[in-house]
Amino acid sequence: MTAVPETALQSFVLLRLGERRFALPASQVAELVAPSRVFRFPHKSPALEGVILRRGRMIALCDIAEQLTGKKLATRRFNLLATRKYTHQLDWIAIPVSGECELINAEMMDASSSDSPHVDGWLSHGGEVIEVLRLSALTPGPAETLLPAPLHNFAEARS
Amino acid sequence: MNFPPAERSQQPRTEQIILFRVSGQTFAISSAAVQEVRGVDNIAGMARDLPESHLKKVRHSIRRGDRTLYVVNAAIHFGLQPQPASLVFFLRRTRTALLIDGIEKMATMTRLQALSQAFQGEERNWYRGLTALDQAVVPVVHPEGFLSLEELTLLETAQTSADTRASEDSGVHTQ
Repeated sequence: MTAVPETALQSFVLLRLGERRFALPASQVAELVAPSRVFRFPHKSPALEGVILRRGRMIALCDIAEQLTGKKLATRRFNLLATRKYTHQLDWIAIPVSGECELINAEMMDASSSDSPHVDGWLSHGGEVIEVLRLSALTPGPAETLLPAPLHNFAEARS
Repeated sequence: MNFPPAERSQQPRTEQIILFRVSGQTFAISSAAVQEVRGVDNIAGMARDLPESHLKKVRHSIRRGDRTLYVVNAAIHFGLQPQPASLVFFLRRTRTALLIDGIEKMATMTRLQALSQAFQGEERNWYRGLTALDQAVVPVVHPEGFLSLEELTLLETAQTSADTRASEDSGVHTQ
């Protein structure tokens, strides 16, 4: 038996979407919160449902379950607040999940060229092989080069 | 007395906004961006038809001084179910006269959060960002976002055509 060196282990958050579990690097996960009011307003980004308000921050809500499991979530128990990094900006996104999340340490196997773009890698945990998700491939966002300059007018907060 | 810049920047900056309703949705606009508010009945006599407008949201124009303003139906612009509008905002430094359902109230905005990068559609032109007021989220509209340059070009063409027709018609009547 070969022991995995401790340095190769990374922290991941396991999240449940319907019957399946997926993982996100713990460094991208900020918080797990109870579902709250969704504020809807006109927009042309169909993947987004609206925004939620959390500690004064307005966070876009995006259900990724249908893309991953083929079904919308029947039950939303929590919203997982995650961050996506674009060049110099962190952008928050809320993802509805259907169950408790779990923090684990595991070694990630890199994705291969035949894997879907949303797969960043693979974990083996509790007898399951779990996809590590690449959020930027599952949620709408700008191409890195198309990012507008940060807003400097008035009190426009960059999140 | 001169204060160090760090202390000066700690003072919260605020902006007066007008909360207004369009088809049941609440939006905000900087009060500085609104030059004038008029009732729809008040402008009925000033509005001219734009029969050749290819934009569903613009059916009329208004001549004010040497400028032509285009009457934009905010509900159609945002893709909402249009309801009878009751007010018109004349927006400063734009060529937009905005048809809205009504004003909710004036408020003070202390923080404007840029739209999340997850929003990638036309809304990036529509909104300056989002603000939270009384535990509710309100999009803050961009006054220049109601008519793009392309749309203005189309409207100017329609306006020229309408003006030509009107002058021809008046020529016929005077013969």
